[in-house]
Amino acid sequence: MAVQPKVPKGISYPDELSKVDYKPPEKAWMDTPVVLKPNMFCWGNKEKSLKAVDFPNARAWSVADEDWKLPENWKEIFLEGIRERLDKYRTFRLFMDICVRCGACADKCHFFIGGGDPKNMPVLRAELLRSVYRKYFTGSGKALGKLAGARELNIGVLKELWYYAYQCTECRRCSLFCPYGIDTAEVTIIARELLNLLGLNIEWIAGPVANCWRTGNHMGLLPHTLRDTVEMFKADLETITGVKVDYSFNRKGAEILFVNPSGEYFDPNGNITFMGYMLLFHELGLDVTLSTYCSEGGNFGFFTSNEMAKRLHSKVYAEAKRLKVKWILGGECGHMWRVWHQYHNTWFGPVDFLEEPVSPITGTKFENAKSNKVVHICEFTSDLIKHGKIKLDPSRNDNYIVTLHDSCNVSRGMGFFEEPRYIIKNVCNNFYEMPPNTIRENTFCCGSGSGVNASENMELRLRGALPRANALKYVREKFGVNTLANICQIDRAALQTLADYWVPGVAIRGVHELVGNALIMRGEKERTTDLRGEPLLGKEGGENV
Amino acid sequence: MSLEELLLEKKPIIVKRWFHLILKTYPADTVGFLKKQKNQFSNPVGHTISHGIEELFEELLQGMNPVKISPILDTIIRIRAVQDFSPSQAIAFIFLLKKVIREELQREGSENRISEDLSRLESRIDEMALLSFDIFMKCREKIYELKTNEMKNMTYGLLKRANLIYEIQEEEPDLKSSNIINSK
Repeated sequence: MAVQPKVPKGISYPDELSKVDYKPPEKAWMDTPVVLKPNMFCWGNKEKSLKAVDFPNARAWSVADEDWKLPENWKEIFLEGIRERLDKYRTFRLFMDICVRCGACADKCHFFIGGGDPKNMPVLRAELLRSVYRKYFTGSGKALGKLAGARELNIGVLKELWYYAYQCTECRRCSLFCPYGIDTAEVTIIARELLNLLGLNIEWIAGPVANCWRTGNHMGLLPHTLRDTVEMFKADLETITGVKVDYSFNRKGAEILFVNPSGEYFDPNGNITFMGYMLLFHELGLDVTLSTYCSEGGNFGFFTSNEMAKRLHSKVYAEAKRLKVKWILGGECGHMWRVWHQYHNTWFGPVDFLEEPVSPITGTKFENAKSNKVVHICEFTSDLIKHGKIKLDPSRNDNYIVTLHDSCNVSRGMGFFEEPRYIIKNVCNNFYEMPPNTIRENTFCCGSGSGVNASENMELRLRGALPRANALKYVREKFGVNTLANICQIDRAALQTLADYWVPGVAIRGVHELVGNALIMRGEKERTTDLRGEPLLGKEGGENV
Repeated sequence: MSLEELLLEKKPIIVKRWFHLILKTYPADTVGFLKKQKNQFSNPVGHTISHGIEELFEELLQGMNPVKISPILDTIIRIRAVQDFSPSQAIAFIFLLKKVIREELQREGSENRISEDLSRLESRIDEMALLSFDIFMKCREKIYELKTNEMKNMTYGLLKRANLIYEIQEEEPDLKSSNIINSK
């Protein structure tokens, strides 16, 4: 046996170090109190953001403070909120009752897969609320308590609910695997509604909601700012293509109202997607108008309460009515389409003052839009391509080796898989799919959806993005993929940062940016760069002077 | 038989035990999933760790080449750097290998016979731990850089939108052909 070197008292011998038990203590989830970790949560809402839309119990509070300054009767408000929603939403009651904890959903959440926190298993995340439901609304829970999976509502439980309600992106991947059809995202949605009753939101959501209600978009961009921005895009497009594109805002009598996520006016990746739309509309001579009143397709109200989502959504139709357009065309957004597809008809039923959308270029009747009168830009563009109505030069995208990230809301939320792929295959020469269990309805969320795309919760976002990035890394190594295309503004804004950590060297692009690059326009000059001003493949020498 | 040869022979069992010990650094409810789900896309964490440590082990026996070892370590540490670990917990998995190797050798009764070789090998493991520290720091610095960049881009965008700043354009206007001069 080797002689042990002398070490001062209280310090371990080296070989004792190897005997340290690294295993975390094993405790049941109910006995593991929540620890709110910086980098994992978003800042709490500001008082003014809730006041602006008359949300209750608006006050200044901070997540990191011990005291959340709750109203005295907070418990009562919360439990009454549950009761009200159990009566109102049959789904909620069902989802509270029918889970058998089979675990089919447990390992399907990107946050659990990437982070390993058991409370991010969808079943357990829902159980955080279910346990409270059982305690106060079921006989067994009242009588048997913990034995029946029930627990008292206290401040620790409330904080835990808040912490995990904003660690779910409502992407619904878990619900795909539930044999009972439980939509766990709906449980998160209700949990957030309940917390909102207590003035407990996050500023990244509450701020945009207030802005959207007041100025028409998340960022609070005013009409003149929107016009300046689009004017700037116009100047850039003229430099690149030699074509002066037309556009209009708030034009009465236009055939089509175009609604897009406002991030496209602001985020550098979104900007170029928007420039793609502008080129396309100009080339087609489409009778389309933008609106400064309804300058937001996204609906962060959807992340606060059913009523708020409805309020914000109603602005789209108020504007369509005011401008007397025939139908609505929608841009590359994620949850805007989920709202339209899954909630609009319940709120408003078929719209009676607009016409069933017909493409003025191809004559195609979009029968699927009979009720809502809204067409997705990818449906519109793929129809154009199918009918040979636009000329395309895919070689202008030869710098890009592309894969497609199915954005959760459009893929799982509305079964929209083929159109973006069809477009990409027509505007790019290099396209490769990620592995089948990570795309289409199985797609992995970007990790930043449902309003948690702030910067202060970067660690959470990075965990959540791991499964998506892992599949992306695979196609990068196998096929040299350097571009991730998608049709969601949150993807475009958030995924670039996440790719820079997990898979450096991959650029995030909107599908209509790729369309804009490839579109051959009347009167255009020879293109030497793409819409970002980057030289096209083979044109690296720059323009001849 | 040299220590390296002996350990190479025992590679499957050592890597397996090392893997299981690493999994135990995760919450009990998570271990089953990380261990059982074999699909690399459904379980990127388990897959990255199990493949990574196998490669690390092989490299370790062949010497200690930081150029080869660093990228493998990176795949694992990049993940642990964003998970629920303190810095020491995040890289402690390296030291678990010492424990596994010692226990395996003890089982064979050959720990003392090759104790000199063993301390040489353990020094390599220590070196690997130091490398891990560098990588961990790089990952954490990257996270803060990304946070800062998001903030910076947003602020810059806002200033630009508010017309508070005007950048020098890459292409200055061509005054000769400008309409102002020629419009006379």
